[in-house]
Amino acid sequence: MAALTPISRTKPVFYLSVVAAFGALAGLFVGTAQGSGPLGIVIGAIAMAAVAFVLTTVISNERVGRLGLMLLMAIAGWMFGGIPGIVVGLAFGWFFAWLSYWLYEGRYRAKVPPYLTGGQVLWHYTFRVICGAIFIFLITPILVVMPLSFNAENFFTFTPEMLRFDPAGYSLKHYRDFFSNQDWQNAVRNSIRIAPAATLLSVGFGTLAAIGLSQPHMPFRRVIMAILISPMIVPLIISAAGMYFFYSRIGLQGTYLGVVLAHAALGIPFVIITVTATLVGFDNSLTRAAANMGASPVRTFFKVQMPLILPGVISGGLFAFITSFDEVVVVLFVGSAGQKTLPWQMFTGLREQISPTILAVATLLVGISICLLTTLEFLRRRSERLRGMSPS
Amino acid sequence: MKLTKTLLATSALTVASGMAFADAHMANEMTIVSWGGAYSNSQQKAYNEPYAEKTGVKIINDESSADAVAKLRAMSEAGNVSWDVVDVTAADSFRLCDEGLAMEINFDEMLAKGDDGSSATDDFGGTLINDCFIPQIVFSTTFGYRTDMVGDTPPTSVCSIFDTEAYPGKRALEKRPIGNMEWALLCDGVEKEAIYDLLETPEGQQQALDKLATIKDDVIWWNAGADTPQLLADGEVVIGSTYNGRLFSVIEEQDQPVAMMWDGQMFDIDGWIIPAGLTDERKARALDYIMFATDTQRLADQAKYISYGPARASSAPLVGKHADLGIDMAQHMPTDPANATNVFNFNYEFWADYRDDIDAKFQAWLVQ
Repeated sequence: MAALTPISRTKPVFYLSVVAAFGALAGLFVGTAQGSGPLGIVIGAIAMAAVAFVLTTVISNERVGRLGLMLLMAIAGWMFGGIPGIVVGLAFGWFFAWLSYWLYEGRYRAKVPPYLTGGQVLWHYTFRVICGAIFIFLITPILVVMPLSFNAENFFTFTPEMLRFDPAGYSLKHYRDFFSNQDWQNAVRNSIRIAPAATLLSVGFGTLAAIGLSQPHMPFRRVIMAILISPMIVPLIISAAGMYFFYSRIGLQGTYLGVVLAHAALGIPFVIITVTATLVGFDNSLTRAAANMGASPVRTFFKVQMPLILPGVISGGLFAFITSFDEVVVVLFVGSAGQKTLPWQMFTGLREQISPTILAVATLLVGISICLLTTLEFLRRRSERLRGMSPS
Repeated sequence: MKLTKTLLATSALTVASGMAFADAHMANEMTIVSWGGAYSNSQQKAYNEPYAEKTGVKIINDESSADAVAKLRAMSEAGNVSWDVVDVTAADSFRLCDEGLAMEINFDEMLAKGDDGSSATDDFGGTLINDCFIPQIVFSTTFGYRTDMVGDTPPTSVCSIFDTEAYPGKRALEKRPIGNMEWALLCDGVEKEAIYDLLETPEGQQQALDKLATIKDDVIWWNAGADTPQLLADGEVVIGSTYNGRLFSVIEEQDQPVAMMWDGQMFDIDGWIIPAGLTDERKARALDYIMFATDTQRLADQAKYISYGPARASSAPLVGKHADLGIDMAQHMPTDPANATNVFNFNYEFWADYRDDIDAKFQAWLVQ
């Protein structure tokens, strides 16, 4: 975005106090880690205000100021906490140098409309900080898992070797364990066998049900809809216990087919909901036109209706796949040890032995999910581009 | 004469055909249920792998022992028992046996003789506690502490867990009354012999909870045997209770700064049960497995992988060195005389009778 507002330098009182406030926040963290929070706040506020003052008044060259502060902070961090301290110091140095100049030069005004009041500008940036904080809150638990999965020890602990970035503290042994351990490999195989089969069944039944339920002349539509959606609303543990007793009686408990059927029942509501949503925009005169031109109902469905509701079918199928792939409660009841899926194996592994192999698996799964979502997004953009819906 | 011969011949034939019958009609797949972790590993190495090699049977491992009672109840109600052999604690075996969910065992007939020729009943001795339970190991619930967090005076008495002045910091205790109630009364000055009598009364139960209340704010409650090792490795707790085999693994295999405190350790037994109501084929397979897996050599073999004492007397002399580390296992057994100076004999029968009642009280106390 180009600059919207002409900018000018700000008063020292303003930028020094804001930098001091951020310094206090950083000082709180560092101080707490070193033993005294309040002392950290005071030192952080004073030190950072002083740094901002020196940067803006003594050092005139901005680039020299930035590099100098990063170097200084890195050395200070190294004296406090070794190699991890250097990383933290570099990050702090970069941030505070940037913040000082950003405030001092008045750049914070450049990209907001000129008519905003001070309060509105403040809210503009506060809002962004809140969004960032929420993002960090959501993503940190996933990120923390990744370095831990390379732990050389059998515990969920950042060892001193890891914090020193000592190669001896890291290893691939949990990944090796995952790929060589028969239990994990069986679990992967079971998950791969169960989830796609359950997805196919849910997509097939769910799509047909949604089309049927969208016909105005269908009797008891609401009741049937409610019953079909119920696996999503009834607590899972209740569905699971019910399925267990029912499937036991008819000999499906502990079989591959039983688990697939149970997962299909859980996936169908997602498909019904997404397909029903796309059917709302579907014009029924198209099917009548196709029939008028001599197409059979089956041909009409595949040539006319299906292509139009495909996005709903695909996203419903994705939900059904993820439901089956992540599911642990129902499979614990309906499956037997022969159908142990990946989530089941992770669950027992977590309960019986807290082994970082689980973290290695989690890291791999996160990686696969990222690849899948990227591919999907890429395909979606491509099809939009082909259909001329997007300018790019 | 002729009659005797005929009789002998027929009986020999019957026996032979009977054996052939049994052999041909054993299920060739079985589900073995155990606890997971290092313990399951030791069973795989000592029992399952040799057994599968010998017989060609396919073994499916299920790690559901923690829910064994609930699951077996549900299975028997649904009329679909999918487990063949289940590893349970002594206390659980009482419940399963009383409810008719576990098969009764004729020990001398269905278990191997000791390798010194003693009958199975003599060899297992006091570990045979009811008609269904086939003992496997003696283990103990005991304490481990961080050597770098206790200063110059490491704890030597179980009552150190109540001494928050000498040993400040969090402690890990199991989220069940079992064990904790006994330790609380012991450290409240009750004689060892009087503890279970006192625990039968509501006043005694309250006394134990009151004693636990003095450290309630300093306790992290654990659910799984793996929790305390993780907490100790993290330095989250100074001292914590868990099964002695888990502590052995933390100290010797994972090399963490942790040490054992054997004082006041609580002896317990773990073993197999065979669920009631199996088909003949599966029952024959389960019995064949049990016969193999609980003989003298197999029980001694298990001690190569984990520091639990074999339940047979005849196995004790065969206990050797750890399979990977090569350290002498005898001194790491809970039953070793040097470790067993102050032992608490866990009373399964008391807990079988009072567990539901005291559990409810304990859980209510926890959320107060």
